[in-house]
Amino acid sequence: MTTPVLQVEDLRKSYGRGATRFDALKGVSFEVRQGESLAIVGKSGSGKSTLMHLLALLDRPTEGRVLLHGEPAERLQGAALNRARNKTFGFVFQQFFLTPGQSVLENVILPLKIAGVGRAERKRRGMAALAQLDLADKAKNKASDLSGGQKQRVVIARALVNDPALIFADEPTGNLDSATGSSVEEILFRLNREQGITLVVVTHDEDLAARCDRRITVRDGLLVDVDAEADAELGEAAA
Amino acid sequence: MKTADVLGTAVGNTFRSRTRTILTILAIFIGGFTLTITTGLGTGINQYIDQTVAGIGAEDVMTVTHEQADAGLDSGPTEYDPDAVELNGPGGATAPGRSAIDPITADDLDMIAGIDGVESVEPSKRVSVDYAQVGDGTPYTMSVGTFVPGMEVELAAGSQPDLDATANEIAIPVDYVEAFGFDSDADAVGATIELGLTDAVGGTHVVDAEIVGVSEAGLAGSLGASPNPALTDALYEAQQTGAPAAQAERYGSAIVRFDPAAGDDATQALKDDLADAGFAATTVEDQIGAFKTVIDAIVLVLNAFAVIALVAAGFGIVNTLLMSVQERTREIGLMKAMGMSSGKVFGLFSTEATFIGLLGAAVGVGAGMAVGLGLGNVLATTLFADLPGLMLFAYEPLGVLSIVLLIMAIAFLAGTIPAARAARQDPIESLRYE
Ligand SMILES: Nc1ncnc2c1ncn2[C@@H]1O[C@H](COP(=O)(O)OP(=O)(O)O)[C@@H](O)[C@H]1O
Ligand SMILES: [Mg+2]
Repeated sequence: MTTPVLQVEDLRKSYGRGATRFDALKGVSFEVRQGESLAIVGKSGSGKSTLMHLLALLDRPTEGRVLLHGEPAERLQGAALNRARNKTFGFVFQQFFLTPGQSVLENVILPLKIAGVGRAERKRRGMAALAQLDLADKAKNKASDLSGGQKQRVVIARALVNDPALIFADEPTGNLDSATGSSVEEILFRLNREQGITLVVVTHDEDLAARCDRRITVRDGLLVDVDAEADAELGEAAA
Repeated sequence: MKTADVLGTAVGNTFRSRTRTILTILAIFIGGFTLTITTGLGTGINQYIDQTVAGIGAEDVMTVTHEQADAGLDSGPTEYDPDAVELNGPGGATAPGRSAIDPITADDLDMIAGIDGVESVEPSKRVSVDYAQVGDGTPYTMSVGTFVPGMEVELAAGSQPDLDATANEIAIPVDYVEAFGFDSDADAVGATIELGLTDAVGGTHVVDAEIVGVSEAGLAGSLGASPNPALTDALYEAQQTGAPAAQAERYGSAIVRFDPAAGDDATQALKDDLADAGFAATTVEDQIGAFKTVIDAIVLVLNAFAVIALVAAGFGIVNTLLMSVQERTREIGLMKAMGMSSGKVFGLFSTEATFIGLLGAAVGVGAGMAVGLGLGNVLATTLFADLPGLMLFAYEPLGVLSIVLLIMAIAFLAGTIPAARAARQDPIESLRYE
């Protein structure tokens, strides 16, 4: 069996200290397998984003640990940590975080620029990513001139331009109408299927979660065994 | 991120909020402009002084006199010394109220010649002529400068008086050209001038000399006509006619040649040795140095004002960039989430600050130089028309470069505050949303 992309073991995260201490995650363990699509679902405030930030190595857990390709992530420091963030992950957020004054292409190649890729190579790969999302003709447009659906496609192009092993999508369709939302979903699942990019989708959208290979549910900082609960409910109903 | 990309991105970011950037640049412009003007003024005046130094005497020469008797202001009346009064200068009398100096005798000259570091010593022969006349024209009074080896005259026409020539040669100040009835400066060159003087016993003498050059007026223009050594000797000899033998071999001062290339320490050692032997020595640098110190002090004060303006502009940069950091919180967070190091984020903002500084410096220094040089040209032909060679503003490439670098350094320092804030930013805080 291949090593999971990410593993978390008894992950805990607390905000604040003393009386104002708040435990956002209270001991979470699971794994993200190579090439799968995983939905993290739960109500607002349940700790989904906190969990995603820990998975993406943007934050350090209070307790427990994250393993990236089997390696404890706390060992990664400085440049190695930055390289892991840059090369391993792509991000699609609910808000687009595009730089409005810059061209679409400039926005897309930002991860490559950070990685230190040369100018010509950046342009080539940036255009390839845009072409993949049918946005090649918009490359020179200002990012602010695009529609919501186009913007989210630009964000996806930016997420995949550096050939990530894994794309995190935090409420990727939250800001879109249902038609454009489902086309964005379509694109994400196609990338997962065709390019084998592991997909971690944070959502409270049932339909989106249902399309994923697997789901985990967070409630008050803990994972809930949804199937077990469903069984229990069924059992109760049967009784 | 590659360094070139950091630079490129920073430069690009500079123009993202154009109005704010331009206002900040304007503040730097004012400081840079002022600093350029004041520095140009200092350089211009000091350059003019340096030029004039060549007209006063060479740098390998020091004037040596007997150390002045301790006649300080607080030591009360000076005791009468018949020897000193009698022997001070060829004219005889000392100006009232001035304390007398012992003359330099032949023995003194021998003694000075024996001191380490003295390459040669010559008596300084002070001559004064009663009048100067060309042909049958009107006689005019004229002061004749003391011969200093290595002296160079700033010429309007002709050539330097030949130091080695046996014929009498002289360079006359440009004011005399018209008075003597010459059509032009060049016309005066080659003419013969008669110098009339009175000797120690009241007899009159006339010495002829060839005008070989016409000298510009300058800060040292009051030096008068410049004779060559042959002429000085001839005039001195005529002046000493009938003087008692005791007076013939006594001079107000001596001229010592030394090797300035041996360094300031060697020069100082020579001065100390001379002082131990009871002599006071002044180099041309000493004489000019005091003047330059005053100019430098004034320029320093003016520069201080300019730097204060620049520091104020620096706060403008802090303000501008703090606003930018605030506005770009999300962008910074995203870049960090994508693996941009804190160091590069710091570099991005401090480069932007430095670039704003460079822009302000380029515009300010450019405008300052243009205005300075323009004003200098206008003044050179109007207010300072009588002081040829005086350009009130002058710029040395190194000086201009150091102003630009100073401004960029101030801008960089100002930029470190917002840059550090950006570098410290937590990507999660920046990307959090509801
Ligand atoms: N920096 C923080 N300081 C204090 N509390 C926080 C902080 N970040 C998140 N929280 C709290 O942690 C809980 C989980 O937040 P989050 O992971 O954003 O939830 P979700 O993404 O599921 O809506 C929330 O109650 C939130 O208020
Ligand atoms: Mg959330």
